[in-house]
Amino acid sequence: MFDDLRDLYQEVILDHGKHPRNFGKPEAFNRMARGENPLCGDKINVYLSIGPEGVVNDAHFDGRGCAISQASASLMTETLKGKTEAEAEALFGHFHDMCTKDDHEHTDHGHLDPEAVEKLDVLSGVREFPMRVKCATLAWHTMHAAIHGDEKTTTE
Amino acid sequence: MDTRILTNAPYDVEKVRQDFPILTRLVHEKPGRPGKPLVYLDNAASAQKPRAVIDAMANFMAHDYSNVHRGVHYLSQVATNLYEATRVKTATFLNAPSPDTIVFTRSATEAFNLVASSWGGAHLKAGDEIILSVMEHHANIVPWQLLRSRTGIVIKVAPVLDDGTLDLEALARLLESPKVKLVSITHGSNVLGTVTPAAEIARMAHAAGAKVLFDGSQAAVHMPVDVQAIDADFYIMTGHKLYGPTGFGVLYGKAELLESMPPYQGGGDMIQTVTFEETTFREVPHRFEAGTPPIVEGIGFGAAIDYVTALSMGAIHAHEQRLLAYATEKLQAIDGLRIIGTSPTKAAILSFTIEGVHPHDIGTLVDRAGVAVRVGRHCAEPLMDRFGVGATARASFALYNTEAEADALVDAVRAVREFFN
Ligand SMILES: Cc1ncc(COP(=O)(O)O)c(C=O)c1O
Ligand SMILES: [Zn+2]
Repeated sequence: MFDDLRDLYQEVILDHGKHPRNFGKPEAFNRMARGENPLCGDKINVYLSIGPEGVVNDAHFDGRGCAISQASASLMTETLKGKTEAEAEALFGHFHDMCTKDDHEHTDHGHLDPEAVEKLDVLSGVREFPMRVKCATLAWHTMHAAIHGDEKTTTE
Repeated sequence: MDTRILTNAPYDVEKVRQDFPILTRLVHEKPGRPGKPLVYLDNAASAQKPRAVIDAMANFMAHDYSNVHRGVHYLSQVATNLYEATRVKTATFLNAPSPDTIVFTRSATEAFNLVASSWGGAHLKAGDEIILSVMEHHANIVPWQLLRSRTGIVIKVAPVLDDGTLDLEALARLLESPKVKLVSITHGSNVLGTVTPAAEIARMAHAAGAKVLFDGSQAAVHMPVDVQAIDADFYIMTGHKLYGPTGFGVLYGKAELLESMPPYQGGGDMIQTVTFEETTFREVPHRFEAGTPPIVEGIGFGAAIDYVTALSMGAIHAHEQRLLAYATEKLQAIDGLRIIGTSPTKAAILSFTIEGVHPHDIGTLVDRAGVAVRVGRHCAEPLMDRFGVGATARASFALYNTEAEADALVDAVRAVREFFN
C-alpha cells in the first residue's frame, strides 16, 4: 500500500526513528535549546558541548515527535560531533537546501564534510513532502538556536 | 417542516454523495500512477460543499449581487432579502425564538471574541470567575485569556473523566463559588467527540446564577440543536463545518443579553446616526455587524441549512452514529490502537494513537491510501496534556461518509502498523 513512501521512510530513517542515537539529556553540556513544531506537536531539546575552540565535542537530544523528526535529530547529533560551529552551520544550510530546493538551486555554504552530506542524504525524500519539511529541519533549527544562545525556537 | 416523516425514509448515502462534486475526484495522481479515490475523513476541520451551496453562491453573484442594507435600488433590496432570509433559516435551524437573536460573524472564532469582548467587557470585573472545560478548542480559551489580561477575571477549568465525559461533579464544585458568572463550554468536542449534556449544564449554571455559552461548532453539525430546550444563553456555530462556505459564523444570544451588550466593532451598517460628537447604534443584531458583511457566504450558509434540513438533522445523526459504531469496533480490534474519547454520548469523531507510531507519520501514510485525516493537537493543547499524548490522529465523519470508507481507514491503519513493525 505504501511502496512509494519508501523514499521518505528509508530503512535508515525507520531505524533511527525507532532507536535514536545520542538520545537523552547528557550529564554535561554548555548549550541547549528547545524546539517545537506546533503543527504536529514535535518537541525536542538539543544539548551541545562546545569546546573553547568552538568545536562541537558532543551532541545529544531528547523529546518526542514523529519518525522523521526523531531520525533527523538522531542523524544530526551523529554528524555534528567534531565539527566547528561554522561547519555545523554550513551543514544546516546544506540540509535545509536539500529538504526544500532542487539541486541546481542550492547555495554555496562553504566547506561541507562529504561523509556527513552522504549520511544526511537519506532524508532528501522529504523534498517531495512539503508538509513534513519542518519535521526534518526542527532539530537543525534547534541546534542553530542552541549555538546562538536562544533557548526556545519553533519552526513556525 | 416535519422532520419525522423524512427521518423514516431510508438514508441513501450513495445518493447523498452525488450532491458533493469533490467526492468523485482522485488524489495523488501522477503520470504513470493512477490516483486514489478520496476518502475524506477530516470533516471536523472543515466539511465539503454540496452542489446546492456552490450553486447558490455562484447564482447569487451572477444574478442578484449587491451590497445589503444600504441601497434603495432594486438589487440592494433583492440581496438584502436573500441575506436576511439566512437569518430566519438559522433561527429555525437552532429553534431560536426570533431571527433578531441571531448575530452573523465571520467565524466561530469571531463569535467567541465578540462575546468575550462585548458581554465580558461589560459584565465581568476583576475577580469574577468563568468556567471553561479542559476539552475546549483554543477559540474558547484564548479570547478569555485576552479578557483576563484586560480585566483580571479568573478562569477555572472543569476536567473530563478518563473516557472523555465532562466531569459534572467537578463542575458542580466549581459552581459553588459565588463569583462564577459564566460557564463557557463545548457542546461537542472536536477531539474526543464527547457531546456534553447541555440542558443539564445550563440548569446547573443558572442555579448558580451564571450564564452559559455553548460552543456548537461541532455539535450542531452532527445532531439537531434546540437552543431553547437546552436554555442556552449563547450558542456559537461556524458555517464551513456545516457544509457551508468559510468566512461565516453564527452567534445566538438571548434577546435581553444581546440588548445589554455594547457594540463589538465600529463601522458602517451598525450605526443609526453618526456625528463627530456622538453616534447612536442600531438595534440588535445589527449593532454587532459592522461593515459590509460576508454577503455571498451568508447566501451559501442559508443554502447549507436548507440542504441539511431537507435531509433532516435527525437522519444525519442516525447515519453518522451507525458509522461511528462501525468504525469504532473495527479500529478497536487493531493491536496497539488506543481510542481517545469513548464517552457514551459521542459525535462521529474518532481520535486515536498507535503504539510506536507517531500520529504525524500515520497522517502521511494513510494519506497515500487516499484517506484524509487530521493529525496533531487539533487546537486543543490542554486536552492533549490531559490524556498524556503529544498529538493524535483524528478521523471525523460526515453525512456523506460510508462504511466502505471506514473500511478504507481501517485497512490503511493496519498497513501503517505493519509498515512500522
Ligand atoms: C470545537 C470548535 N470550536 C471552535 C472552532 C473554531 O472554528 P473557526 O475556526 O471556524 O472559527 C472549531 C474549529 O476549528 C472547533 O472545532
Ligand atoms: Zn513531525
